[in-house]
Amino acid sequence: MADCDPEKSKVPIDKAAAFGIKTITVALMGNPNSGKTTIFNNLTGAHQHVGNYGGVTVETKEGTLRHGSWRIKVVDLPGTYSLTAYSMEEIVARNFIIQQKPDVIVDIADGANLERNLYLAVQLKELGVPMVLVLNMADEMKTKGLHADIKKLSKIIGAPVVPAIGVRNRGTDKIVARIIEVAQGDWSQSEKVPVHYGSEIENELTKIAEPIIRRADQLQQTGSDCNCPLCLVTNPQWVALKLLENDSEVIGKMHDSAIRREVDQQVEHSRKYLTSIYGEDPESVIAEQRYGYVHGICRTVIRRTTEARINFSDKFDKVLTNRLLGLPIFAALMYLTFWFVFAAGQYPMGWIETAQQVLAEQVSNLWPSGSDSVLRSLIVDGIITGVGGVIVFLPNIMLLFLALSLLEDTGYMARAAFIMDRLMKWVGLHGKSFIPMLTGFGCSVPAILATRILDNRRDRFTTILVLPLMSCGARVPIYLLIIPAFFTSARSASVVMYSMYLIGIVIAIVCARLLRSTMFRGESSPFVMELPPYRIPTLKAVLIHMWQRSWLYLRKAGTVILAFSVLMWFLASHPRLPQEQIEQLRQEKIVALEQQGNFPSSEAAAIELTNQELQDARLSYSITGRLGRTLEPLLKPLGFDWRIGTALVGSFPAKELFVSQMGIVFSLGQVETEESPDRALQSDQNQNQDQDQPGTSSAVSSTQADLSVSPQAALRTRLKQTYSPLVGFCIMLFCLISAPCMATVAVTKRETNSWRWPMFQFFGLTGLAYLITLVVYQMGSFIQTGI
Amino acid sequence: MKQPLTLADLKPGCKAKILRIQGNSPFKKRLLEMGLVRGEVIEKLKLAPLADPAEYVIKNYHVSLRREEAADIILEEQV
Repeated sequence: MADCDPEKSKVPIDKAAAFGIKTITVALMGNPNSGKTTIFNNLTGAHQHVGNYGGVTVETKEGTLRHGSWRIKVVDLPGTYSLTAYSMEEIVARNFIIQQKPDVIVDIADGANLERNLYLAVQLKELGVPMVLVLNMADEMKTKGLHADIKKLSKIIGAPVVPAIGVRNRGTDKIVARIIEVAQGDWSQSEKVPVHYGSEIENELTKIAEPIIRRADQLQQTGSDCNCPLCLVTNPQWVALKLLENDSEVIGKMHDSAIRREVDQQVEHSRKYLTSIYGEDPESVIAEQRYGYVHGICRTVIRRTTEARINFSDKFDKVLTNRLLGLPIFAALMYLTFWFVFAAGQYPMGWIETAQQVLAEQVSNLWPSGSDSVLRSLIVDGIITGVGGVIVFLPNIMLLFLALSLLEDTGYMARAAFIMDRLMKWVGLHGKSFIPMLTGFGCSVPAILATRILDNRRDRFTTILVLPLMSCGARVPIYLLIIPAFFTSARSASVVMYSMYLIGIVIAIVCARLLRSTMFRGESSPFVMELPPYRIPTLKAVLIHMWQRSWLYLRKAGTVILAFSVLMWFLASHPRLPQEQIEQLRQEKIVALEQQGNFPSSEAAAIELTNQELQDARLSYSITGRLGRTLEPLLKPLGFDWRIGTALVGSFPAKELFVSQMGIVFSLGQVETEESPDRALQSDQNQNQDQDQPGTSSAVSSTQADLSVSPQAALRTRLKQTYSPLVGFCIMLFCLISAPCMATVAVTKRETNSWRWPMFQFFGLTGLAYLITLVVYQMGSFIQTGI
Repeated sequence: MKQPLTLADLKPGCKAKILRIQGNSPFKKRLLEMGLVRGEVIEKLKLAPLADPAEYVIKNYHVSLRREEAADIILEEQV
């Protein structure tokens, strides 16, 4: 048997095991910015996926690699400074190690910053887990003139030590070799707790550990499936140490028992006693001693060959966070980022649009011209229009994620938080909130996940609640559809585009301040943040980063959006307009024309409904049309008609669906670009409002639709004919502020662990959107008519 | 009694030894584990463009702290 762990043997007999393949689980740990993810990428290559662990929502990445007869499952845990659980990520990382008991832990340490990084390694040794220590950034050590004695370090730490250069993929093979050695038990890892905390503390630790050991012995005989640290951890000294350090996670997790009361009493007594003799709380003394020990290790193993000079990173930083230049450089970089995303994105967008057109044309040609096939309509009007309308924005979104990855991987993101903290504090938030906010311009879902870097619940929830106001990538398709339709000059287009982002930010600030002074009143959390050295990211890391995020978007297009495109198409085309209804409409039209005295009644038999009229009648007869019409009275004050209402309802699964929804609504009554003055032939049914007049052009059936014009352009023409620029602006405004998408609601629920917040967010934002759009539209109309 | 010197009072470009951290918040633990322990030398490198927070160097790495948090870190004499 490869392993006898009961957890693993639950898996149905592995085919791999039959071929003598042994599976081991490896967890990667390390300080933030230690290059952990790069090593993870080196180890697993493309074979990785982002997942969540055991109901908790902190992202852990997983990948596998094969080495001889070994299959190694690698889990990339969130970066942590220590095993003291302070933030959610640290809790997750620690719990993973304690509960899942990976076979080997690989601790990635930044060799150029060894002292702080070894602090975690020493804690891992204290916990007594099998470990491989990687000294990453061996190249940076060299330029800094630091030389490490690997053998000596390995001996002191009691674990294999591997020097590596993650960014150049050096040392990866050695890491794998050491992992296997440790898993096989080739390395006798010393059981002894390395740090000596002084006799006073050690005495107290023994006293606290005594009842825990007693309980562990009991459990050996009786067995227990309890998950609390008292029962689970095989290392009572470690539990005692954590208790003495006042670790609220460990304390809170212990289940109530006689032993716990005994332990509690002892801990309280010990803490009091130690505080009285040291004049400091025990956690300070323990941290001091541990750092003292680590400092000692560094002094023995590190040799400084040359004096450290001012390095490239410091010089760079002098300019980028300069007191005068810092802010302008920051603003310029942000502007450049967004300019790059949209300017460079144009070209691939054009290609995708062309491909979509060609595809629609080819598929259409499979049916005889003029046929009224439901399947054809489903494929062309439903699927190709729906999914295509979303895929078209993939280049923009990929470029945005590329830019965000670059900012993050170079280390500038931390500087941005440093520069922005004063402003964010004024808003009532934290400088670190800036990072999720910026990510929010890509997609709210990873942004909400990114709020985990905020340690304070109030900061975190406020950030989550206002995050959907950051104009995410899914809003971009809406802007890109509407802006060129109504704001044709390049200048006004960019002003409107920029204003959408700005409006979102301003509303977010106001809302955040409001939330912080009402529901989330209280001190903001402290701002302690490492400013990592600037680094040139590897292409591979940036690309993997970008790909992982874009993939989520693509998958959404492939699954949720495909399903909803079909559903929305169905709702927009069913029930089908019965023949009697068509005849009745025809009769109504004849009556209307006769009343106008436009023609002698003898010609009545020759009068037919135009295709446009027919399509409109069909759409308004459908479920979508009826739903839209039901909502119309509510939406009319905003300048929206039933079509927009329908598209808004349809965009709940994903914001970008608004575009495909409009596409479907209008392509069912698609127009030819050439107009013919047919104004007189309007059926009564459609004579509502002036915006409501469905086109003044003659129409052809979608089967014969002019496919030589891009579908986007055709849709824009229709929009321009149907709505005023004010309505166009109001659509964007409403889409920006209103109801976050389904995925956002879901992730907010998960992250806040209650339905209360996503509901509050959903209805609050939609109400706000209604109010603001109402004011803008009414004032806009008033000014227009007033002049 | 003379007010103790805190990290907030330190001028940019100056170094000092840490004496202790005031208060008893979980945040104190974070500072400790990031290496702000007694006897450690910390240097105030510079202020952010809007005068807060400030960038410090400790144990050969850079960290940023707000003024109000720096005020909880009591220093020994400047070095």
